[in-house]
Amino acid sequence: MRHEMPIAERRGPKRLIETDVPRSREELEAIARRALSFATADETRINIGSGWEGNTRFAVSEITTSGGVTDLTVTVTSTVGRRQASATTNLTDDAGLRRTVELSERLARLSPEDPELVAELGPQQYPDVDAFARATADLSPEARATAAQRVIEAAHAQGGAGLEISGFLSANAGASAVATSKGLFAYHPQTSTGLSATARTDDGTGSGWAATGSRDWSDVDAAALGRRAAEKAVASRNPQAIEPGRYTVILEPNAVASLVPLLMGSFNARSADEGRSAFAKPGGGNRIGEKIADERVTLYSDPVELRAQPFANDGAPTGRVVWIGNGVLRSLNYDRYWAERQGVPRTPAGGGLKMNGGTSSLDEIIAGTQRAILVTRLWYIRSLDQRTVLVTGLTRDGTFLVENGRITRSLKNFRWNDSPLFLLNKIEELGWPQPTGASQVMPAIKARDFEFASISDAV
Amino acid sequence: MKDRREFLKLSAAALVAACARPPGVDVLPAPRTAPSGATFGGGGTDASVRDLANIGLQAARDAGASYADVRFGRYRRQSIGTRERQVTNVSDSESFGVGIRALVNGSWGFAATSDLGRESIARTAQEAARIARAARAAQRRPVELAPVQPVVASWRQPIEIDPLEVPIEEKVSLLFAANDAALRVPRIRYVSSGLQLLREEKTLATTDGTLVTQTFYRVGPSFNATAIGDGDFQSYSEELAPRGSGWEYVTGLDMPGNAERWASIAAEKLTARSVDVGRYDLILDPTNLWLTIHESIGHPTELDRAMGYEANFAGTSFLAPPDRVLNNFRYGPDWMQVKGDRTQPQSLARVAWDDEGVPAQEWDIVRNGMFVDYQTTREQVGWIADVTGRRQSHGCSFADSWSSVQFQRMPNVSLMPAERAVSLDDIIADTQRGIMFRNRGSWSIDHQRYNFQFSGQAVYEIRNGRITGMVRDAAYQANTPEFWNSMDMIGGPDTYWLGGSFGDGKGEPGQSNSVSHGCPPSRFRQVNIINTGRQG
Repeated sequence: MRHEMPIAERRGPKRLIETDVPRSREELEAIARRALSFATADETRINIGSGWEGNTRFAVSEITTSGGVTDLTVTVTSTVGRRQASATTNLTDDAGLRRTVELSERLARLSPEDPELVAELGPQQYPDVDAFARATADLSPEARATAAQRVIEAAHAQGGAGLEISGFLSANAGASAVATSKGLFAYHPQTSTGLSATARTDDGTGSGWAATGSRDWSDVDAAALGRRAAEKAVASRNPQAIEPGRYTVILEPNAVASLVPLLMGSFNARSADEGRSAFAKPGGGNRIGEKIADERVTLYSDPVELRAQPFANDGAPTGRVVWIGNGVLRSLNYDRYWAERQGVPRTPAGGGLKMNGGTSSLDEIIAGTQRAILVTRLWYIRSLDQRTVLVTGLTRDGTFLVENGRITRSLKNFRWNDSPLFLLNKIEELGWPQPTGASQVMPAIKARDFEFASISDAV
Repeated sequence: MKDRREFLKLSAAALVAACARPPGVDVLPAPRTAPSGATFGGGGTDASVRDLANIGLQAARDAGASYADVRFGRYRRQSIGTRERQVTNVSDSESFGVGIRALVNGSWGFAATSDLGRESIARTAQEAARIARAARAAQRRPVELAPVQPVVASWRQPIEIDPLEVPIEEKVSLLFAANDAALRVPRIRYVSSGLQLLREEKTLATTDGTLVTQTFYRVGPSFNATAIGDGDFQSYSEELAPRGSGWEYVTGLDMPGNAERWASIAAEKLTARSVDVGRYDLILDPTNLWLTIHESIGHPTELDRAMGYEANFAGTSFLAPPDRVLNNFRYGPDWMQVKGDRTQPQSLARVAWDDEGVPAQEWDIVRNGMFVDYQTTREQVGWIADVTGRRQSHGCSFADSWSSVQFQRMPNVSLMPAERAVSLDDIIADTQRGIMFRNRGSWSIDHQRYNFQFSGQAVYEIRNGRITGMVRDAAYQANTPEFWNSMDMIGGPDTYWLGGSFGDGKGEPGQSNSVSHGCPPSRFRQVNIINTGRQG
């Protein structure tokens, strides 16, 4: 559901600087045409990014920095024979565009031939995607300050005035475009907004966090977010250490959103075919068609459903791609070169990411759990072994022991070493899918034998 | 737009003068930065830039700012990537704009634009002041800035060859020569190499009267080789430290001459034994230790983190509250010395003045094993002045773009070597049962900087004073205070080496800082080694 903010409720001009947001299709097309008119290469592609960001940061229960930025960048990619290079500028008068086209062409001519070069695309068809919300584009500094105050006040009302509240609110509005010398033009206006908050108790033993993201500021409930962070902070006070080891884990949707999307980095078809990924088949080829996860797991991208940009950087449409369907690896990410070489359709990444879930709420999952560790947020995740997508990281801002259907204790944080692939094979229950970002939807996951490797003293 | 065109035209004239280059070097005259000019790098700031800066400062004052700064930035970046005998990417980018920060009634506002017309700059200053007024509603304590002596000057990082001016062919042929050498090693199937190059030109004008123009150069080479075995693959990345240097640093690394040796390490990993878990004496080569210093000393000694300003994102610090830990917390043995600085030649955090006009300096962070000072900005230094007695900023303000607001970022933080000559071989010879890590592998540390786990690219087992072979799947896991207090041996002055990174993330919205860390090889007693090679 879209909410248009009534004109009367807008407080003053949304910003003093810059032109309309988003830049119109006509305006971006005119810039692209102007750049293309300077081109002498065999083929030329123009990528334009334009937009505004307004943000407000708060800490120790007050606003610390707040800013507004506008910019427009033009990237020129030139192809001369089988040689290609690109140059980017944000100086978009004729002189700037001409110089950037010339630089790109010069670099291309000096580059060695690329045997893997693919031709630029001609006109393409794109689905309609509604990713722009006026309420986000019009979010003024005053409205952002009010929202920050609302988070702080709600958190204090929930957990006491001694809580130290910090957080970040950002609103982005802009438009991107791709044009080629072969007649392709793609245009996509979009907004996104994110709000997160951390509450810390004054004794330094408790910390709670909550976050949300959407295309539309109207979807964001600042007070509810502040209350949730405060609730977690108070509940997490005086954590106790339990022995590290393998435990059943309940990952909240935001924690799942830190782990499951890592698989996208391993879904590269070429790496798999070349024998250097978790999805390489021993003896050659890749594992498409093999069961790689619990049959309840379905993971897909879909720009229309998930309100994401419907084209890739080269202007190719990004359609619906099912990566894992009922536990079976259905697709890997083929770029155009590798798809042509292997004789398969291209499957560009992009188009958001959604993991299907079950019907339970987080509370219902907790209520049905004998013993597990409940995790609010994962942090500082780094790869350990590409062969298994094994990664390491930490828990933070609310780690709890669940016993006999309820939270019984706050736990000290853990370092953990595990893999999203292992996780998706050890599922006990899935929660209902929830938005975890502007184009991302993830469920809570309850899984067995998650490896908590050591204790972290961090609060 | 008229003003901006005039502005660019002025710069174009300067460009011709400044870009005289040897004949026959076939590179397009690079778009030079406008906040420079014919006098660039020598005698100060271009008059047109000074005028535009004054428009911004005046507009901010008129809008009620008690302090404002106007910061022009122009960034030229070039990136080249190769794999085997192909170029995967050649790209060049420039970004130019102005960011204006205004302090109104003790609250900060920041606005930035790429439109450098006079009106646009005035409006951007007004917007910064408006944002500051909006923030006032949720401000408890007004911001106070430590004083600074105003300066009007310019500075250029000393280099021999501007990396952006070297022909692309020369860069690609250097990378290809390295790839070719690596591919001669048996079992090496894939090689990638690349270059990240930057020239940054920055002018800062403040209502204090500071007007400084600086030029920075940065180069970041990379090399990775992958060996394929039977149902297995192993890769090795050489630790080619990015530096604040010219092209001469890149050629001095002799990537073509060393690539075969680097690649053979990847092949050797295929047959290396998986590590036995347990406690070992841990020897860290500087190519690995620099990052451990960054994570476990650099970040926890950021004052904004200690005070909770990063709580929602990067986290806080175990080194808090300041009045309890300053001069009181023992970081390590009494011969441990850690300095913060923005002065080391070729280091990534080197400047002449920071983004608040504070001169570059060097200071003690850990003295004789005790924690004695944080990293500070003008806003922060007063928070701990009663404990440190210091009223002036250490000059740690930095913004990664004209479009980003400056805040406290890490200077170079370095572990000083022993005064006497101790070599890495001496340390190995003194070790009975040890493990040695080289180069950064995986790294992860918690949000208060206690628990960390790091790995390397090449790991060796040591028995009875000798390296007995390579092991794999190894990582060390430790707790910061215990770890540094277990340090019992470090190398001498000849072993000191400067590592670094272009990608130190902090802040919301996220900003990337470039920072170097120098250190000697060091030994740590009885550290926990884990095996990360687990199968599902």
